[in-house]
Amino acid sequence: MGAHEKYEAVIGIECHVELKTASKMFCACPNAFGGDPNTNVCPVCLALPGALPVANRVAIEHMVRAGLAFGAEIPSFSKFDRKNYFYPDMPKDYQISQFDMPLTQGGEVKYWLEDGTMKTCRLTRIHLEEDTGKSTHAGSGDGRIAGSSHSLIDFNRAGVPLMECVSEPDIRSAQEAVGYLEALKRTFVQLGVSDVKMEEGSLRCDANVSIRPVGSTELGTKAEIKNMNSFRSVERAIVHEIARQIGVVDGGGRVVQETRGWDEVNGTSISMRSKEQAHDYRYFPDPDLVPIEVAPAFVERMRAQMPEVPWRRFERYRAEYGFNVKQATQLIDDPALATYFDECVAASKNPQLSLNFVLGELSRLANETGVAVAQSKVTPQEVGELIGLVEHKTINSNIAKDLLARMWEGAGSPRAIVEREGLAQTSDAGAIETLVDDVLGAHPAVVAEYKAGKTNVAGFLVGQVMKASGGKANPPMVQALIKKKLG
Amino acid sequence: MAPIEERTASDIAADVNARVLSAREVADAMLARIDAVDGSVGAYLTVLHDRAREYADRVDARVAAGERLPLAGVPLAVKDNMCLDGTRTTCGSKILERWVAPYTSTAVARLIDAGAIPLGKTNLDEFAMGSSCENSALGVTRNPYDLERVPGGSSGGSACAVAALEATIGLGSDTGGSIREPAAFCNLVGFKPTYGRVSRYGLIAFASSLDQIGPFSRTVADAAMTYDAMAGHDTMDSTSLAMPVETTADGLRDDLRGLKVGIVREFDTEKLDSAAHALYQRAYRDLEALGAELVDVALPTADYGLATYYLIAPAECSSNLARFDGVRYGLRVEGDDVTAMYEATRAAGFGPEVKRRILIGTYALSSGYYDAYYVRAQKARTLIASDFKTAFERCDLIACPAASSPAFPFNSKSDPYSMYLMDYYTIPMSLAGLPALSVPCGWVDAGGGQQMPMGLQLCAPLFGERLLLGAAHAYERATGHAGQFAPRLSESNV
Repeated sequence: MGAHEKYEAVIGIECHVELKTASKMFCACPNAFGGDPNTNVCPVCLALPGALPVANRVAIEHMVRAGLAFGAEIPSFSKFDRKNYFYPDMPKDYQISQFDMPLTQGGEVKYWLEDGTMKTCRLTRIHLEEDTGKSTHAGSGDGRIAGSSHSLIDFNRAGVPLMECVSEPDIRSAQEAVGYLEALKRTFVQLGVSDVKMEEGSLRCDANVSIRPVGSTELGTKAEIKNMNSFRSVERAIVHEIARQIGVVDGGGRVVQETRGWDEVNGTSISMRSKEQAHDYRYFPDPDLVPIEVAPAFVERMRAQMPEVPWRRFERYRAEYGFNVKQATQLIDDPALATYFDECVAASKNPQLSLNFVLGELSRLANETGVAVAQSKVTPQEVGELIGLVEHKTINSNIAKDLLARMWEGAGSPRAIVEREGLAQTSDAGAIETLVDDVLGAHPAVVAEYKAGKTNVAGFLVGQVMKASGGKANPPMVQALIKKKLG
Repeated sequence: MAPIEERTASDIAADVNARVLSAREVADAMLARIDAVDGSVGAYLTVLHDRAREYADRVDARVAAGERLPLAGVPLAVKDNMCLDGTRTTCGSKILERWVAPYTSTAVARLIDAGAIPLGKTNLDEFAMGSSCENSALGVTRNPYDLERVPGGSSGGSACAVAALEATIGLGSDTGGSIREPAAFCNLVGFKPTYGRVSRYGLIAFASSLDQIGPFSRTVADAAMTYDAMAGHDTMDSTSLAMPVETTADGLRDDLRGLKVGIVREFDTEKLDSAAHALYQRAYRDLEALGAELVDVALPTADYGLATYYLIAPAECSSNLARFDGVRYGLRVEGDDVTAMYEATRAAGFGPEVKRRILIGTYALSSGYYDAYYVRAQKARTLIASDFKTAFERCDLIACPAASSPAFPFNSKSDPYSMYLMDYYTIPMSLAGLPALSVPCGWVDAGGGQQMPMGLQLCAPLFGERLLLGAAHAYERATGHAGQFAPRLSESNV
């Protein structure tokens, strides 16, 4: 730790996220993961001679929503540019991207750490581009290009809409980097702009890492880390890179500007290319595509339709409801569940009981049946009704649990069931006393044990009374009465 | 009745629709004509003997079923940079010599749907880069009016096909003059519509912001019919104009009364040789005789057109032609690794002019040079367009030469710049996206007593196709320079 206290890490993250759309960015091919190689292709995404791109409107709308979620500016004028470089899995040998006029500018990603601390990372921009195909190298045994005899290319992914989120260098640790990425992920999932499945490659990120002496405001020389394929690997790679750079500097060396590839298996990184080998991408406006004009009225309509963004929800759950970080995060990470929860609160005005039911019994039933809570037959209004019945002591918590299981099967309004089946809790002292007398009379041996000092047998007697009442007797009343009679 | 090959598109379509002539008869006659003369002209790279007859039979079946098709049975020559499903589409390049297109370009599809019969794919300067067809890697195309002279370019093959009566209408693409210049060289009407009027989908790109498909024909009326059949928005091309298209074939005029025709001060025809100067002066007087008022207009920045064009077009081409990399289709020359394969493929596949323009364009877009070249060229382009806009405040049409000279002998323009100068009068209109055409305006002695045709260029404001073709028709009707086919070809040169 000694060395780490002398230095501060400065990290910026570039994140590529595949957008969730029906078709690809510039053609009508399905935007679908997998499929037999080269089946989701057409003249446009294979870059056949003469084919032309036509921009996907939904992808542009997704970008506007993503930008608004982070408070970014949505310029009224934007355009596509060509990024020129040769690569076999990039069919046109240029990528349609955005250079100097991206769809969104600026903005802030607010995220939280495990201890609940809120952090902010500024965004430089989010721009829209297209994905490449995938190369597979054969004959080398390990799938690497070195030693391979030939390569196979699958263009199914070529042309899938991709947004690139570029952050400012506001991140200071591997943990913050993960917090930042989680915030991106939960926001994009909530907005429905992406599935963000790292295992399917729909979120890929690179980290620009540098170190500087604590207190310095200058930026050090950065290294760009690539090939991190999970949040865990981002964390490991950044921890490793900070330590590597501290080692270089403390050893009297200088960090060189380079791109390094993260090796997940060996927990290390390898230099891929230095700054001198950097590409000149010869960006210029794509003459095949007309500029994008985003009407301010359209942006305002989108803004009005925006759901509550995750960090605001987090602050609300923490400040207004007093939930802990884990509870709040658990809800927010499942946006449909969080919305369901919010509707339960709206119906019941009881956040704590809503939380208990949603994360407790309802989530258990969801796990058991494989049906998401929000997709189940239980409506938030019915949960609100159930909470009302519990709050007014009309039913006890055991009855509530039984009812919920029946509501899950589609039994409908809990109040109606309770009324129909006479499940309301009995608080009639006379009726309960009769039951207690019957039970005490039927179990003289147990009564004797109790009187001999084994007071824990009272639980058995309470259980017998509850059973005789069909579960409807008010349990505290039963307890109190038994204690009084035997006392 | 005139032989089928000499008839106009409107004439053929009328007879095929009336079922007094079958599309199959038309196709057979035209294919026979191609077989007889194309050996000496070299207009076609691929002749679609079987396909043409199939298309013809389909037209006959549709007509028999009661359809009336605007281009019923009209024989069509297609420049070989436009895709036609199942046919070889080469761009005149070794890199695509054996590539078979798996889809059809929108313009060709629309003409086929209108009843046209594609007879074959025609020669061009490689990737449409050139003004003489001499840059084709796949064949020589000769001017039917003098087989020792070039047909013009880049759409020289389609021009020759129509001029040599091997097709009734032809499709070309015009980036800086590639329809208008060969039309002038071959005594044809060659028409470049407003940029975006005709879809570029399936046209193999040279310079995307300039490329525009248009027709060749022997009469203005045929150009108008062809244009009407293919113009209009296409969802497959974002740059195609999403606005209604005015038809042109019903807007042909007999006079120019009430129109002001601008004569461009900077395009002083005294710079041309004296015969050409006299020819254009007479053409302007003919316009006046038709009722037009001639007005003096200025295009002060037009002189920068050539320099501007030769930055923008190569910049776009350097990127557009990157896809010809040997990975997915076309020529592949193996190498030790992928980079070596790219280099070997492109070194062997592209000819010298294409390589020159890729190099110029790559340089113009490079970091450190982008602002000095590409950005300045774009600014110059804006100024040129703005000059036209100002000029059109004073006139309805602009008249000027279509090319700097008549067709020249093969191998007579050895340095690239002298070739580029051929497009001096056509490039400014391309940069401004304006509709322009070349209409035959007479003959000059091109040397050694050889009479060769020249073209008058007429240019209209954006979207002014109806007026442009209408006026060209009046000029054509009054002067009768068009319709002078290449009679000597069949008599003495074949």
